[in-house]
Amino acid sequence: MSTNPPPGELTTGGAHASDVPEQFQDPGLEPHQLRLADRSEKNAKRVERQVVAILIVSVIASIAGVVGFFAIPVGTTLMDVRLSTLVIGLGLGLGMLGIGLAAAHWAKALMDNTERVEKRKPVPSPPEVREEAVEQIATGIEESRIGRRPVLKGALVGAAALAPLPFVVPLVGSLSNTWDVNRFRHTAWGDVPEGTGGRLPDGSVGRRLATDPDDRPIRAADVTIGSAFAVIPHGLPDEEHYLEEKAKAVVFMTRIDPNELAVSPERRDWSYDGIVAYSKVCTHVGCPVALYEQQTHHLLCPCHQSTFDLAEEAKVVFGPAKRALPQLPITVDVDGYLVARSDFHEPVGPSFWERDR
Amino acid sequence: MSTATSPQSDTLKSLQKAAPAADYLDRRTGIGRVVREFARKVFPDHWSFMLGEIALYSFIVLVLSGFFLTMYFVPSMGHVTYPEDQLPVTMQGVGMSEAFASTLRLSFEVRGGLLMRQIHHWAALMFVAAIVAHMLRVFFTGAFRKPRELNWLVGFTLLILALLAGFSGYSLPDDVLSGNGLRIADGVARSIPILGSYVSLALFGGEFPGVDIIPRLFTVHILLVPALIVALVTIHLVLVVVHKHTQYPGPGRTEKNVVGYPVLPVYAAKAGGFFFVVFGFLALLGALVSINPVWIHGPYDPTPVGAGAQPDWYMLFLEGGLRLMPGWPEFVIGGYTLSLNILIPGVVVPGVLFTVLAVWPFIEAAVTKDRGEHHILDRPRNAPVRTATGVAVITAFMVLNVAGSNDILATHFELSLNGITWFLRIMFFVAPVFAFWITKRICLSLQRRDRELALHGHETGRIVRMPSGQYLEVHQPLDDDERWVLVSYDADRLVEIDPAEDENGVARPGYEKDKQRQRLSRFFYEDRIEPVTPAELAEEMAAHGGHDGEEMAIEESGDLRAAFDRPEQDEPAAITSGGDERNTPASS
Repeated sequence: MSTNPPPGELTTGGAHASDVPEQFQDPGLEPHQLRLADRSEKNAKRVERQVVAILIVSVIASIAGVVGFFAIPVGTTLMDVRLSTLVIGLGLGLGMLGIGLAAAHWAKALMDNTERVEKRKPVPSPPEVREEAVEQIATGIEESRIGRRPVLKGALVGAAALAPLPFVVPLVGSLSNTWDVNRFRHTAWGDVPEGTGGRLPDGSVGRRLATDPDDRPIRAADVTIGSAFAVIPHGLPDEEHYLEEKAKAVVFMTRIDPNELAVSPERRDWSYDGIVAYSKVCTHVGCPVALYEQQTHHLLCPCHQSTFDLAEEAKVVFGPAKRALPQLPITVDVDGYLVARSDFHEPVGPSFWERDR
Repeated sequence: MSTATSPQSDTLKSLQKAAPAADYLDRRTGIGRVVREFARKVFPDHWSFMLGEIALYSFIVLVLSGFFLTMYFVPSMGHVTYPEDQLPVTMQGVGMSEAFASTLRLSFEVRGGLLMRQIHHWAALMFVAAIVAHMLRVFFTGAFRKPRELNWLVGFTLLILALLAGFSGYSLPDDVLSGNGLRIADGVARSIPILGSYVSLALFGGEFPGVDIIPRLFTVHILLVPALIVALVTIHLVLVVVHKHTQYPGPGRTEKNVVGYPVLPVYAAKAGGFFFVVFGFLALLGALVSINPVWIHGPYDPTPVGAGAQPDWYMLFLEGGLRLMPGWPEFVIGGYTLSLNILIPGVVVPGVLFTVLAVWPFIEAAVTKDRGEHHILDRPRNAPVRTATGVAVITAFMVLNVAGSNDILATHFELSLNGITWFLRIMFFVAPVFAFWITKRICLSLQRRDRELALHGHETGRIVRMPSGQYLEVHQPLDDDERWVLVSYDADRLVEIDPAEDENGVARPGYEKDKQRQRLSRFFYEDRIEPVTPAELAEEMAAHGGHDGEEMAIEESGDLRAAFDRPEQDEPAAITSGGDERNTPASS
């Protein structure tokens, strides 16, 4: 602000304030600006040449893609597959891209770019149309004679509500081959089919632990401290429903120095000389736990990083799982092979509503 | 301006050749009316209006490449051994499902098969990304307001369908990654109270994995979901035609018109051409960038799992939620297990997120009590709380996405996995609050800057010395067009409610509800910046006459003394009292 406002300035300002409108007025559409190509035919010609050049690239690419399809065989080497993918893909991609870029360039540089104004039509229908619509519906209802017949109305609603049931019930009811939730509680460790078990000193039979996926029984002597085994019930690959059973029965086994192993009294005979076996199915949402760190005895699920301490009966030390991994009670049979004493003592895998029933 | 120049007679003559065909069609379909209605329909032009187009075109690419894939894919979980004479060598003799084997066969034995698979997968990622980007554009510009609330819901349903299409398609190859994805879905399904176990059994046709899930997902993926998408896209576009497109504020743009270019020829070339750009871009991605090489990890088997596995990007936030959640909230109540540690991130968080997203237009309408139609878009800064809420939700979403990659972060940056997880657990609650606060402040600051600009004009960087010895910077007032963008918005006001008691001291029944509404309204609009009014500008001009008006005079005359001698001639010329008269922009 100048230090010496000239006389009359303030009043001038005040006079203006009373004249000015309440709100700013829309200044209206900007004037149309000419582009290079609008100004001279020479420029327009150049744009035309550019568009044609892009289209020619597109044509060449499309042809090259088709030639590539015939010229490059696939199925013999990976290099062929790569080359075929590359040539057909570049042909298709550049062929398409060329058309698009040419069209866009044409539209932006050559086509008339005068902005146009179109009036919006009101969205709602005019009142008289609405009235007519309502009248028509009312007439329809009246002519149906349903107005004073509540029983008919009720019967119709009832029938319409029930009619879908003979469709929906079979649809939903047949979705699963079983509705027996107890299936979740049983794994293949509980069964010992002929030829899959080993005899224990006390005369009972337990299912042998075998390597995954080649199904070789495992001797206790072969399990060294810190080694990690993915284990399945011996003979499982030959059984029906292999994947479903495996998805429940798969076990992670390692040997931990017995001095470092904390064993609760009731699980005294569940491990053998430091060899422990836990369900490999995470108690969170069921991914296979896989990353074992032998220094800390931590077993980590790579999906959501639930971490279990195998020296402490696989209790959760970190992550989104709540429950410890179920332990498979194991021992050795008379031939020195590892066998399961029994099935798991609790359901494996993720929680479900009826789990503790 | 809206009157089109009438076409040249030779153009009309050349069309005569098509006259019999056109006559035949019109007599049977009445298509002339449709052509007249649409051929020169005007659409506004803005890059952000192309986001929805990208989604639509990606969908077309998905249908085309997907059709190619169905020629060779076998949706069966029947067990086969991969032939010894087929690529890739690592899979020869490996036991697998027919789905996985046919995926390998179509990748390695069918010419162009791998290309189509990669195009299909890239297009799927692009499809969901474009939908989300389009939705954000609609959100931040307030395009969902009346009369477009229902179309917002249609678009929202399309987003859900896109996610469903993505997940069902991702699972089809039956590889070890997608198999573990299904395993996780099974785990989440089982956590549902009461029904969970049965939902799991129903999904898989029995125990996981069973032999039904791939054929079922195939039907969902290639029939059910695409059919619904086509139907809803149709409704979406019909409604766009009914409403006509929104436009950004600007000179000449009103609530009652659309300013832009006609379909023929501009949008036929631009939008039509853009389809080829999207297709071409996706084809180049498919040709050049490997995606989902399923043979590296092998067929699904319950034992192996890859470390550092990530789902497709749109599932990452769910994965991140599962990873962040601590395990303790699993309870056994009366013998029944309630796994809140899975239910909250797997069902509740996405449920809340999607519900809020779906009903936002109705929340905002309830708060503003705004009954008017809106065809002019908001500049995001002019709706600070909406913008801040959007950014807060995006921030929470991004925290979950980062959490879904916590193992990758840990290995790549050699950080503690547990540390990252704890940090993100805290950030999930803290970051959105900060994001909200910062964004709202930025919006308000930008609005103040707009006011500043509208009142004082642009800084020119030119300093003049006044006769008194004072130094002043010359400001150049805005021209009408530029100012109009800054001042032409309505600042929403607080809801005003009637007092709690009437004049007789009797309590008013609806008062409590009104008070709540007022509280909500206060949250939205307590901090607001009013647009500059002509009166304010006039006052500013008058008060700072020596600051702006005079300087303009200096600029125009180039003569200090002359400027000083005739101050009252420096009327605030930038104000126009009528809309019809255009000012030439200040020529300085």
